[in-house]
Amino acid sequence: MKKIFSNGIFKENPTFVLFLGMCPTLAVTTSAFNAVGMGVSTMVVLIFSNIFISLLRKFIPDKVRIAAYVVVIASFVTIIEMVLKAYAQAVSASLGIYIPLIVVNCIILGRAEAFASKNGAIKAAIDGLGMGVGFTLALFIIGSIREILGAGTFFGVSLFGEAFQPVSIMILPPGAFLTLGLVVMAINLISNRKKKGEKEVA
Amino acid sequence: MENLNEKLIVTESPHIRSGNTTSGIMLDVIIALMPALIAGVVIFGYRAATLAVVCVSASVFFEWLWCKIVKKPSSIGDYSAAVTGLLLAMNLPVTMPFWMAIIGAFFAIVIVKQFFGGIGHNFMNPALAARAFLLTSWAQAMTTWVAPFSKVGADAVTQATPLAQLAQSVDAVSTATSVSAETVQLPSYLDLFFGTTGGCIGETCAFALLIGAIYLLAKKVISIKIPATYIITVAALTFVFGGKDGLFTGDALYHILSGGLMLGAFFMATDYVTTPYTPKGQIVFGIGCGVLTAVIRLWGGYPEGVSYSILLMNVASPLIDRYTAPKRFGAFKEMKEGGKNA
Repeated sequence: MKKIFSNGIFKENPTFVLFLGMCPTLAVTTSAFNAVGMGVSTMVVLIFSNIFISLLRKFIPDKVRIAAYVVVIASFVTIIEMVLKAYAQAVSASLGIYIPLIVVNCIILGRAEAFASKNGAIKAAIDGLGMGVGFTLALFIIGSIREILGAGTFFGVSLFGEAFQPVSIMILPPGAFLTLGLVVMAINLISNRKKKGEKEVA
Repeated sequence: MENLNEKLIVTESPHIRSGNTTSGIMLDVIIALMPALIAGVVIFGYRAATLAVVCVSASVFFEWLWCKIVKKPSSIGDYSAAVTGLLLAMNLPVTMPFWMAIIGAFFAIVIVKQFFGGIGHNFMNPALAARAFLLTSWAQAMTTWVAPFSKVGADAVTQATPLAQLAQSVDAVSTATSVSAETVQLPSYLDLFFGTTGGCIGETCAFALLIGAIYLLAKKVISIKIPATYIITVAALTFVFGGKDGLFTGDALYHILSGGLMLGAFFMATDYVTTPYTPKGQIVFGIGCGVLTAVIRLWGGYPEGVSYSILLMNVASPLIDRYTAPKRFGAFKEMKEGGKNA
């Protein structure tokens, strides 16, 4: 159980290792707040879609499974969208079109296909939670770096005072690619070193 | 037998070497850039020289630091980092804060050049990439142009670049606003040729850049193909489409002499690493740069497009090389197809 959970955060991190769901990763990480909002919304959808697809896995015919998965996912995305509009308008306003676009996020469909359709409901829920936390964490890292460098703020709180001239490119689209590349590089560096260390021990 | 052995020396190929080395070529580029730098210092004051020193030393320092960190043999001896720093300084306005220039040098050397494997492996021109990075990040600092011969300081006189002035004058005509075309005073050809206009440190003086270019051409460091096709394409397109009074009335000479075209065409579009190496490919590259520059200048949001057009063509270079590679001697079409099937 613990392994399934941590799998989504480290070994198969959806963003940094699997490179799934790149559209929200690049588009909404202009600030830490947006990143966390996106991450949590995706996580909720992921957990519920994983549970329901896992429960329905024996009833869904193999030939139309993708369509069935999309219907399940779309239902939860619609619920999330309505909930956000009702109770968290700030998130809803700043994420805009990217909330409905969670439907086409590859992570959700990917986990449905690769995990939920083969495992029980509890395992699927934990997998969804792990993947969701991994995704949120990745978005939070990218969003924080971009917000701190590109706007000089963190969760909207000014960090460096008036004299700081922010590196505007970081909150513009090129900054998303730069940050993603640099973070992935750092993570690969660390995991390669770890592997080397393990080999030496063995 | 002994005698023959002495005469018959067996060595590995290549047997004929030219005297060209990376450091020699880079040194030639630095020498060729000197007239333009001196012109920049004369026109914009001593701060231009200080900025160049800051850019060069920052670039060399980052190169040294990176080699130290990843435990590579230091590559500052080939002067390529110094050339990058110098070209970066040439692409900055004289009022640029030093710390921004240093960040630009970091971006050029570490992110664009060393992350991709150092000299010979960078996929685009480091100095131009750094310029694009700085322009996007601090647009105001990057577009504050000082009028020539005015002292840099709080009371510095700012002046638009010739291309921005041209865009204004065209806009004034096309939108028929209260500003008539006559109120926008365009610099004369002589001003443009000797660089007494607003602009980046190294781009204004066409005369000094041409001296450097002739030096590089004479020493065969660069070939004329890319610069010639680049400039001719820009001239042709601006002549046809750049006029206020319809087709074929554009001021091609103005477009050639203003902006970064001279600097870009001779010193940055001729970089070995990021441009095609086939002769046909170089011509395609030059024309592509010219078309993009003319399109950005005439219809784009920016008044100047040399840096973006060279960067875009840099990215396309591997593709150009692939499609313009000459056929091997003796290679048949059937053989090629057979190879594909196999």
